[in-house]
Amino acid sequence: MTTLTQTRTPAAGPRATTALASSLRRTGSLVRAETILLLRNRTALFNGVALAPAMVAFLHFSGAFEAFVGDGAEASVVGAFALTSLVTFALMFVVYYNLASAYVARREELVLKRLRTGQSSDAEILAGAATPAVVTMLAQLVLGGVAIAVWIGLDAPVNVLLLLVAVLGGTFVFTTLAAASTAFTRTLESAQLSTLPIMAGALLLSGTTLPLTLLPERLQVLAEYTPLHPVAELVTLGLTGLRPDGVAIGFGETFALAAQPLAILIGWSVVGAWLATRYMRWEPRR
Amino acid sequence: MDNDTFGSGAPRRQTPGHDTSPHDVVIDVRGLRRRYTSGARGATGFEAVSGVDLHVRRGELFALLGTNGAGKTSLLEVVEGLARPTGGTVRVFGRDPYRQRAQVRPRIGIMLQEAGFPSDLTAFETARMWAGTLAAPRPVEEALDLVALRGRADVAVSSLSGGERRRLDLALALLGRPEVLFLDEPTTGLDPESRRSAWDLVRGLLDDGTTVVLTTHYLEEAERLADRLAIMHGGRIVQEGTVAEIVGAEPAHVYVDEASVRPYLADLPLLPGETVTRVEGGTLAIATRDLQRSLAVLLAWATDRDVTFGRLEARPASLEQAFLALADEPGAPRTGHGATTDQTERAA
Repeated sequence: MTTLTQTRTPAAGPRATTALASSLRRTGSLVRAETILLLRNRTALFNGVALAPAMVAFLHFSGAFEAFVGDGAEASVVGAFALTSLVTFALMFVVYYNLASAYVARREELVLKRLRTGQSSDAEILAGAATPAVVTMLAQLVLGGVAIAVWIGLDAPVNVLLLLVAVLGGTFVFTTLAAASTAFTRTLESAQLSTLPIMAGALLLSGTTLPLTLLPERLQVLAEYTPLHPVAELVTLGLTGLRPDGVAIGFGETFALAAQPLAILIGWSVVGAWLATRYMRWEPRR
Repeated sequence: MDNDTFGSGAPRRQTPGHDTSPHDVVIDVRGLRRRYTSGARGATGFEAVSGVDLHVRRGELFALLGTNGAGKTSLLEVVEGLARPTGGTVRVFGRDPYRQRAQVRPRIGIMLQEAGFPSDLTAFETARMWAGTLAAPRPVEEALDLVALRGRADVAVSSLSGGERRRLDLALALLGRPEVLFLDEPTTGLDPESRRSAWDLVRGLLDDGTTVVLTTHYLEEAERLADRLAIMHGGRIVQEGTVAEIVGAEPAHVYVDEASVRPYLADLPLLPGETVTRVEGGTLAIATRDLQRSLAVLLAWATDRDVTFGRLEARPASLEQAFLALADEPGAPRTGHGATTDQTERAA
């Protein structure tokens, strides 16, 4: 008689490698399904691809970037600022808002509940749902960078490493905040409202939408500790290699200047991970 | 080599060849409590599971019965490792299913009472996604075959019927070749034919040594499939044993049209053993522990008097009767029982 249940072969090989490979395989399977879903949902796809670049195009053609950076600034500095704006907008719309909505939608359809009955860890489930959006954002940043270079002007980045750390770190922080936001988001519709405080707060204090020098000094200090601020700071620094006072510094010196925003970003990563673990709601409240 | 399809009527057997003896306990629950504290119902909380002891042996089908709100799902969720117990211990394969999830999960399959699918994926894509997250999955086609869904593989989940979705649920639970399978009301929403196919499938799994924990509202289902069962009421297990043991605690009944014996009521014979005679809705019901002898005495008496019983019926005790008798009892003293019913079934 055939046996439906199988004898299990014990895991062979170095444990850690096997565990990582299994984790990647599980996440990969979820990513594949999520990608199919994204490609079948034209509205979400359009929002993901178009929203942030549209914002940047609008700000560019309305002259907001030049006004913000100051008249007479070099084109490449304006371009770097535009790309920094694109990063912050993309992190807000494509990562934070989009994922908070996606997590809530999956929760309300009881899909998260099902996924938790399987062998994927919580982190793998969240990463699986986040990956297509993150890939969309990265593509958007690359295309946006090219468009900005053509329209406005952009020099080759001084420190690509800082750029990468800023984008990936920011992605991690806002993914975890999106997960934590499910705690106070009951329905997909209410996500539009519930995500607003964090989006508005982070954007306004990031230094890319509002010149922080307009704010009282205490608020300026506070702004440095908001999650989007270190991302914007690191992106600008990585792109231009300029000190806040506008003096150009070398590759090595950018690291010294990056220390504080990096520390803040790492701090937010820890806080975000804790918040997500503690407050993520996996099942509908009824 | 023919057992991979719906329906194998082979007799039940305990499968040798596992790393442990066939009678070992795979699920061991002691003093389990689960209290819900969150929600708008106040800080007092609601205890859905109030001290449950439970043992499931390898290879058996253990059925968990109970009214809505009895705590079945709340209990199962803890055993499955989806929720943390408030008190007591749970061991599955000797491990904590919540804390040692990574070790326990690859060996169990869970079919929840209610779980969702992304509606834009097809049945095949859904199963493929699930298989990709499992350590040692069956081929996706095989799993769909098991529940007779292969013909609907390319249909979007949103276009499947309720019964088909339930079968897809089952296919996913079977994809990982579980040693222990949890089925929470697996046949709710299935048509009678699909339900029977599901029973055949479960029997086939049992034949191959899978342990099954089942909850159901269909007592016939439990009667046909269960090796042992427990009846929950008010968060506690109020009865546990084999079907025969549980049913055996209940009396059999003889029913007769009351009008046909009314003139002789005072003259009815003394029946052997303990009996209770009552009239309900025009029917005389005689509860007896010894159906055969009671019936013999009754028939002899009727023959002597030339009495013709109208609508004579003799019925052995059934699981349904045992279930209703237990469910009617007040159970654990509890306030606001009606108000808390919903919460139990839906919570977490």
